[in-house]
Amino acid sequence: MRKNPVRRVLFFFLLLCIVVPVLFPFVWMLASSFKTQVDIVAWPPRLIFTPVARNYLKVFTEQNFLKYFINSTIVGVTAVGFSLLLGLPAAYSIARFGQKKLSVLILVARLMPGISFLMPWYIIFSRLGLMDSYVALILSHMLIALPIVVWIMSSYFETIPLEIEESAMVDGATRQRAFMSVILPVSGPGIVTSMTLSFIFSWNNFMFAQVLSMERTKTLPIAVYNFVSYAEVDWGAVMAAAVAIMAPALLLTMIFQKYVVKGLTMGAVKG
Amino acid sequence: MTKSGFVERNIRILFPLPAVIFILVMMLFPVLYTLFLSFTNWNLTSGVPLRFVGLKSYIRVLSEPRFLQALGRTFSFTALSVSVETVLGLALALLLNREFKGKGLVKLFLLLPLVATPVAIGIVWNLFFDPTIGLANWVLTTFGLPKSAWVASPNTVIQSLALVDIWQWTPMITLIVLAGLAGLSPEPYESARVDGANAFQIFSRITMPMIMPTLLTGMILRTIDALKTYDIIFAMTGGGPGYASETLNVMAFKYSFEYFRMGQSSVILVFLFLVVLAFSLLIMKARKRFEL
Repeated sequence: MRKNPVRRVLFFFLLLCIVVPVLFPFVWMLASSFKTQVDIVAWPPRLIFTPVARNYLKVFTEQNFLKYFINSTIVGVTAVGFSLLLGLPAAYSIARFGQKKLSVLILVARLMPGISFLMPWYIIFSRLGLMDSYVALILSHMLIALPIVVWIMSSYFETIPLEIEESAMVDGATRQRAFMSVILPVSGPGIVTSMTLSFIFSWNNFMFAQVLSMERTKTLPIAVYNFVSYAEVDWGAVMAAAVAIMAPALLLTMIFQKYVVKGLTMGAVKG
Repeated sequence: MTKSGFVERNIRILFPLPAVIFILVMMLFPVLYTLFLSFTNWNLTSGVPLRFVGLKSYIRVLSEPRFLQALGRTFSFTALSVSVETVLGLALALLLNREFKGKGLVKLFLLLPLVATPVAIGIVWNLFFDPTIGLANWVLTTFGLPKSAWVASPNTVIQSLALVDIWQWTPMITLIVLAGLAGLSPEPYESARVDGANAFQIFSRITMPMIMPTLLTGMILRTIDALKTYDIIFAMTGGGPGYASETLNVMAFKYSFEYFRMGQSSVILVFLFLVVLAFSLLIMKARKRFEL
């Protein structure tokens, strides 16, 4: 292929045909977020325009987006933290003792539609007075994060040779001690993968907070959605909001690219 | 080693226990509660006390054309999206399965739609689809084609939503297949080349059979997620115009949180649950069959 210039050009052209449609919505969103309303509604669509920061100012000053940003972060970080706390030992146990039934339970939790839990949660959380509370949101988001953590970590622990904890146990450490001080320190890449992915999926979740949160604990996806219904016409501000909500997930993905690919594809590929 | 403590002796129960309790409380209990509610007439706003009505809610929902249409729509949306994603995703993977400069960058680009917030994605596509200022119609008119109403018309809304799903999730299939291709052993290829097989023969006799289990698992995973699609539909159309893009998920949401007909919404949830369960069993069978 390298020898044939025609095929090289053709290959490059095909690559463009993939990359342009994939990236275009992001580029257009970013461009529109810097446009004035006049530039956005212009026909034919304007590619060259004078960028303005007005939309971002509007989103962060008038719409209080910072608060929703913080809410999303609190919910995501806490849900991931507790999921690691519960998920790491469970994943270790599944990997080392071959607990197939447990791994099926985790898979079922990953596959079930969220709405089949949401209606009962709504009833229970309202009875407990937990509507619009961080507790309810964090618990619901843990059901997103925990299966991801267990799923990724159980395959990761399987790749760690048994000898590592056996030698620690020969030296007199208990199994749980060996897990804490020998296994976990060498599990960095797996933990990073599961943290990144579970945080992104918690960050992106729309449905749970749509029902369980109100003004106090509202997360970003709900804020963005409400913003559209209130400000149907102000596309520039809406696009700025879209950029603000996507930026953290996209940034995390760029930083942890390798891990994210592994985490997303491992479910379907052996090994 | 001899005087092992309580924790160590019961480690295979104690280690997974907190996670299992959490999942049972948060998942299994709600599912059973939903099943229970589906046999009642409970309506959160009517003030009528909860009463057992047997299969009455089932009959009510099943005889509702809106439900049957939503069921059919869920399947047609899924079939359309997943079939295009599979073919396109496989083609992209085969194209990208070689060494070239910037491969890492292309793979990074492919990742971005997968991690982008679906609600925001939906909003961006709504700007594209806008009948008067949207790029989608500008592209059509540039090529001399008539304008489309996209998500604003019941005739085109499902295809338009599927287009967004295809944009977002085709890379998933591509990345899964690429990971599968990377794990294939080179030996069959070498012997095929020695035997003088052409590119098409190598693809159909070696690559396809070897990649099939991976592709199939990716397809089933995608199918399950497409059946549950909620965010982009709710954000882009809210199930409209009329009920034209209402899938089971969206309908169940409206029955629960807009009409508060908990009994009937439970029936819809039971159906959605069964559909997803059937496909989940399929994926487990496939994993066993292909030893994935």
